[in-house]
Amino acid sequence: MKIDHSLPLEYGTDQNQLNILGFWIFLGAEIMLFGTLFASYFTLVDRTGSGPSGAEIFEITPVLIETIVLLTSSFVIGLGVHAMRIGRTKAMITFYAITLLLGLTFLGVEIYEFMHYVHIGAGLQVSAFTAILLTTLGTHGAHVTFGLVWGFFIILQVRKHGITPETANKSFIFSLYWHFLDVVWIFIFSFVYLKGMM
Amino acid sequence: MEFFERFAIPHPSAPIYASMVAIGLTVIAIVAGLTYFKKWGYLWREWLTTVDHKRIGIMYLISALLMLFRGGVDAIMMRSQTAIPENTLLDAQHYNEVFTTHGIVMIIFMAMPFIYALMNFVVPLQIGARDVAFPRLNALSFWLFFMGAMLFNISFVIGGSPDAGWTAYFPLAGNEFSTSVGTNYYALALQIAGLGTLMSGINFIVTILKMRAPGITLMKMPMFTWSALTANVIVVFAFPVLTVALIMMTMDRLFGTHFFATTNGGMDMLWANLFWVWGHPEVYILILPAFGVYSEVISTFARRNLYGYKSMVASMVGISFLSFLVWTHHFFTMGQGALTNSIFSVTTMAIAIPTGIKIFNWLFTMWKGKIEFTVPMLYAVGFIPIFTIGGVTGVMLAMASADYQYHNTMFLVAHFHYTIIPGVVFAMIAGLTYWWPKMFGFMLNERIGKWAFWFIAISFNVTFFPMFFTGLDGQARRMYTYSEATGFGPLNMLSFIGALGLAVGFALIAYNVYYSTRYASRNISADPWDARTLEWATQSPVPAYNFAITPQANSSEAFWDAKKKGHELFKGEVQKIHMPSNSGVPFIMSCIFFIWGFSFVFSLWIPAILATIGIFICMAQRSFERDPGYYISVKEIKETESKLRGA
Amino acid sequence: MKWNWAILSSIFTIITVLTGCNNKLMVLDPKGPQAQTQADVIMISIWTMSIIVAAVFILLVIMLVKYRASKQPADYEPPHIEGSKLVESICIGIPVIIVIFLSVITIQSNEQVETTPKGYEGQKPLVVYASSSDWKWHFSYPEENIETVNYLYIPTDRPLEFKLYSYGPITSFWIPQLGGQKYAMSDMVNTLHLAADVPGEYMGRNANFSGKGFAENTFDVKAMPQDEFEKWVEEVKATAKPLTQEKFDELLDPGHLGRLTYTGTHLDFSPAPEGENGEHHMMPSHTEHSAMAE
Repeated sequence: MKIDHSLPLEYGTDQNQLNILGFWIFLGAEIMLFGTLFASYFTLVDRTGSGPSGAEIFEITPVLIETIVLLTSSFVIGLGVHAMRIGRTKAMITFYAITLLLGLTFLGVEIYEFMHYVHIGAGLQVSAFTAILLTTLGTHGAHVTFGLVWGFFIILQVRKHGITPETANKSFIFSLYWHFLDVVWIFIFSFVYLKGMM
Repeated sequence: MEFFERFAIPHPSAPIYASMVAIGLTVIAIVAGLTYFKKWGYLWREWLTTVDHKRIGIMYLISALLMLFRGGVDAIMMRSQTAIPENTLLDAQHYNEVFTTHGIVMIIFMAMPFIYALMNFVVPLQIGARDVAFPRLNALSFWLFFMGAMLFNISFVIGGSPDAGWTAYFPLAGNEFSTSVGTNYYALALQIAGLGTLMSGINFIVTILKMRAPGITLMKMPMFTWSALTANVIVVFAFPVLTVALIMMTMDRLFGTHFFATTNGGMDMLWANLFWVWGHPEVYILILPAFGVYSEVISTFARRNLYGYKSMVASMVGISFLSFLVWTHHFFTMGQGALTNSIFSVTTMAIAIPTGIKIFNWLFTMWKGKIEFTVPMLYAVGFIPIFTIGGVTGVMLAMASADYQYHNTMFLVAHFHYTIIPGVVFAMIAGLTYWWPKMFGFMLNERIGKWAFWFIAISFNVTFFPMFFTGLDGQARRMYTYSEATGFGPLNMLSFIGALGLAVGFALIAYNVYYSTRYASRNISADPWDARTLEWATQSPVPAYNFAITPQANSSEAFWDAKKKGHELFKGEVQKIHMPSNSGVPFIMSCIFFIWGFSFVFSLWIPAILATIGIFICMAQRSFERDPGYYISVKEIKETESKLRGA
Repeated sequence: MKWNWAILSSIFTIITVLTGCNNKLMVLDPKGPQAQTQADVIMISIWTMSIIVAAVFILLVIMLVKYRASKQPADYEPPHIEGSKLVESICIGIPVIIVIFLSVITIQSNEQVETTPKGYEGQKPLVVYASSSDWKWHFSYPEENIETVNYLYIPTDRPLEFKLYSYGPITSFWIPQLGGQKYAMSDMVNTLHLAADVPGEYMGRNANFSGKGFAENTFDVKAMPQDEFEKWVEEVKATAKPLTQEKFDELLDPGHLGRLTYTGTHLDFSPAPEGENGEHHMMPSHTEHSAMAE
């Protein structure tokens, strides 16, 4: 593999460039996926049947914790990518590990939130609204879960092989994925929670 | 025993039992044959684990032809049942299953793999690339599609076929009205195949954007490559919508949610909207590559460059954009009101403009040409008038007020067959015949091919033209029977006769493949059609590495320029070539996906969880794997080249 | 390729022979103002589209006859021709004009078929609640306070307002000779405006696939002068049994029934899904439209 040193390592080989472009296109598909979920959410939001509405079940505290944790993790992974670019393997691994820990925290709070919903009678099968709410949140949560496993694998690989064009590429793509989840969350926060609570 | 009862067919009949036996015997025969001829190793090494875009293309092709047979048999059954009034060949339930599977098989499991067969084989060659951007992902795409198709097809003998129409409108497709697992098959099989398609979409966009040989700027790409690019852009934006819709459908059916079920706030119209937000772009995913094939074929056999290249490109981009803005025309009658209907009427009719440009450009490509009526050209030339009828009836259907009368009638059925059959099926046969020598190193027999064309073209019109009339006479689609008093009998009989003619035509194509495989000369040049684009510049059949030296292009028909204007295609020396190594993981992972889908269909949660874990293990394997690929040495390349040239 | 003409014209001949002895095609034989509008739109579009079809066919035949290889000298080399701005502008311009022309017609007629038919505006419409269940049609006449199953009597020369909904899968209410169809769904009510000019018996059916009994999901329509209609209503009131909730639930069971007649309607105990919720369901296409733009 030829390595072009004029570019950042993650872009350094032809295959790396293909991977990154491919991932951007994948994110385009993901935007459509979440876009469809949002469109369905807005269509079904008032169709609560005999179940509760958003205003009745949303609680600000866990949502704020989730938001802060996830935003911070997005910032930390940015630091991780910076560390990677200047070749500091240890710092990079540390930042990635912190990112994953924050992600784990987010997931924990979200699981608590879900259990709370089910507990107060807003389970998946209650109404069209609860179904789309939990599916939208759940799809995001599943993405985060997947990201945790994926990120963990990447840390293992960086530890083993150091920062190579291959691991740098994977780590960079993972960071794109993580930022994307953050952006999706911002939409969820604004249009599901804030709008629902107002 | 109770456990196994769920796999029984809810509505069995003699033909289904007969098919069960036939399927069983075929499987045994294949296994026995492979064992007897000791071909398991060959199958595994050369096909199941391959990541070569050409072989993947050929596997797509084989699947598409198999599914064409299956869908065709469905079609014959439908036309036989409706050939005479109050026929009792099929009962209502069977007829419903047959038209449902006919629709899904033809669109998802025949037309889609057919276009991906041609795209896989041709696009990397046309842009002078070694392979697609992600060869391993490409194999996964194929196997996911294949396992989706297989999952869908076993519904016929295990648990029952879907019977709610290929559109699967709720609440009909919900648990209340579709009690068998058929619709579960629909949701899961489409989901798995759809994932494969989405990956293909990403793969081809990256391939086309980043892997073009030097000199091929975007506006110097051959038209088929352009059509592949636009189609795959649509794939990436449309398929996620289907993914979400199918997830919701699965949850409604298996986990008791209320997305589309009309209790507790569920909304049947949301399904219709989501389905068509995917479904309408989907038909353009099918038709754009077909347009690409026609552009290549017409230009080759009119011996002229494609007329209006830029407007051809612009119209395809326009079509792909508009395709997302018209979905409501599939249900003008749902009660959106005059304003919404008018907006979607206009956007729909607007698609006729770029499509019209393409028709005229093809006509002007023939102008001052030197037209040779080879088999691919016959299909292209037959396409123009037939598709025009399909297109103008499409404009008629786009007028919402009139659509109130066409909707759900045979008129609509006639219209979309008039677009899809000349638009996609003709194109695929044309493309198949055209690229066949590149794929297999010999040509299909022209005489048999022409007979097949005339059978298909004439029978097609005999089958579908009468439907315009029965539709206007009040025959709704999807009716398994009608009374004699309606007067639909004679025209339906005519359709049936046409359908038999179509069957003869397709049988002739199958015979042609057999005949040509046995008797056709292997001693043909790499460029038997005197064609214009880069795929003809390499050997036939194409060596694994595609081009010994990466070609240099100067225009969209660089090979033609090399032949006629002295353009130098291959500059420089042969160098060693890096190739991706084969992998069995895509195949294994897709098999696990099959088990995963099957478990979901029957709500078998333990296997479903195990399969899910299996899928993640495969993904982990991919993450940790180091795959350096391998090199083909200069010596080997030179030997291959001289052998192919000598042959 | 001249064959194509031969094929098409022979098909036309066969079809005329086959259908010629019968009546006119139902949709093109309208008996009410809405169906008339639709038939007119259909005929206008057919004639307009014939221009395009003719243009393409003629051009195709010219190209194929004139430029076939057998007519050219062996050494003829076709020239390289890029597009021509003028030709391509014409190829865009004419379709654009045609699309604009048809758009205007569509927008006007869309409005017409969604409102009380022309010439009927001043009159008080007859309101009929038409609901489907597997695989029957229930017609409730709230003002007359009667209900029928699988047959529909209507007065001529009076606007008709059908309120459509379903006790099951989506169905589509369609009387081809009076006017095009609309969906009946279980969570909202659609309104279809029709009228009949000519007394007579017409075919009505569910056009949207709804399961096993779909093919037989038809109903008979009889249009008659107003006084005759009133006479029929009186007769029903005098002779038919009242519709009870138990009876109605029985009627809803999946299956086929013949013609049935009752006094009273099911609207009292099983009202149509009208009102705010009904309005609400009109939204999805708009919401998604904006979501697509994101």
